[in-house]
Amino acid sequence: MAALLETREIQIALNAFWPMLKQGLIYSIPLTLVSFVIGMVIAILSALLIINRVPILSQVMRFYVWVFRGTPLLVQLFIVYWGICNPMKISNLVACVVALSLNVGAYASETIRAAILSIDKGQWEAGYSIGMTCQQAFWRIIVPQAAKVSVPPLFNTFISLVKDTSLASNIMIAEMFRKAQEFAASSLRYLLIYSEAALIYLMFCTLLNGLQKLCEKRLRVGK
Amino acid sequence: MYYVKDIQKSFDGNHVLKGVSLDIEANRTTVLVGPSGSGKTTLLRCVNLLEMPDSGVVHLNGDEIVFGKDAPPKFAGSAARALRRKTGMVFQNFQLFPHKTVIGNIIEGPVSVLKQDRAQAIGEAEALLEKVGLLEKRDAWPRDLSGGQQQRVAIARALAMKPELLLFDEPTSALDPELEYEVLSIIRQLCAEKQTIVIITHKLSFAQEVADKIVFFDDGRILRQGTWEEMNDGSVPRIAQFLNMLR
Repeated sequence: MAALLETREIQIALNAFWPMLKQGLIYSIPLTLVSFVIGMVIAILSALLIINRVPILSQVMRFYVWVFRGTPLLVQLFIVYWGICNPMKISNLVACVVALSLNVGAYASETIRAAILSIDKGQWEAGYSIGMTCQQAFWRIIVPQAAKVSVPPLFNTFISLVKDTSLASNIMIAEMFRKAQEFAASSLRYLLIYSEAALIYLMFCTLLNGLQKLCEKRLRVGK
Repeated sequence: MYYVKDIQKSFDGNHVLKGVSLDIEANRTTVLVGPSGSGKTTLLRCVNLLEMPDSGVVHLNGDEIVFGKDAPPKFAGSAARALRRKTGMVFQNFQLFPHKTVIGNIIEGPVSVLKQDRAQAIGEAEALLEKVGLLEKRDAWPRDLSGGQQQRVAIARALAMKPELLLFDEPTSALDPELEYEVLSIIRQLCAEKQTIVIITHKLSFAQEVADKIVFFDDGRILRQGTWEEMNDGSVPRIAQFLNMLR
């Protein structure tokens, strides 16, 4: 009897594994990647506008960072989807990417701003002293050093984002956690199925850990 | 002809330069001395426009910017860069680029600013490294070098741009005496080669040795300028007092 039960549990777990992983691969991962890339573009722009104290735009960006760091992601997701996209017949995937990108952008903006400001002013001057323009000094001298500083905290954001995609289940996106909920409900094996889902998230994040190590090696972080 | 005329500079109401005029003779070594906070460093930084004077004239061999009348030129605009390009600067704390190797530091300017051919730039950089005695450190990273070695690389980096005017801002004050020696001997050599050089230093023995002209700063003004002997004649109590203190 016990042996039968065990095989039954294993059977349920195995049945759920591939469908969940599949939803992870077709929704969670692409949502993460697309949102992270867009978020980084927003973050770089925002950080540059704030650092250079561009009139009006820098205030707009400060306001944006303030709002998106100060409100829950789930609430942002609902506002963007139910409040804006749904009435305009825009798909929930777009809504999800918009909300995640804006959220990630706000956090990463501060990371990038801090990284740029952490570079000694003398490095700019050394660049100028060999005749560089502002842009040359920024891209050739400051950015490579700031990139090094910002890799660990940006991977924090990246890894958080993978897990945050699970919130998309709340706006009816059939990503991994949504699938897990379905399996859990039908099999009534909550502990088993949710642990399994947790394990798959952990797997994805482990891959990102590896990617971080690779990036740090490439950029000689800590050297 | 290199000169600055009537340079004024304030930082947040702190009047650092109160009308400084200085001729920098070509192929000569000019040494700036004076107490801390007297404006030496600010003047040096005004010569290559790392600080923009509030008013006055900076003239470097045909290129001239007049400050104070019109809107100031942009810090990294073409006028300021044209002037800056004639100078090379060696900083007190080296400021090598930590993300580049020794050779990478030296060819950075020639390749990215002068658009020199990379292979040619590397060749010239190696010759400069030979000159500062660090050819074997060609592929080392700055953090693996001693302070003295870093400063020698910084000198090579400045020389790689073939500046008309070399500016040294207390180049050895971050070094202990042993390492100081190797840097000073390179500067000594450059002085002997009749480069146009302006140095700020607190090392009076070195100033005495290399200076064609000594300029004494006090409280944002030039108190006196002349040869070592002239400065040492005891006629200005403030200078005598300062020189005695450092001896």
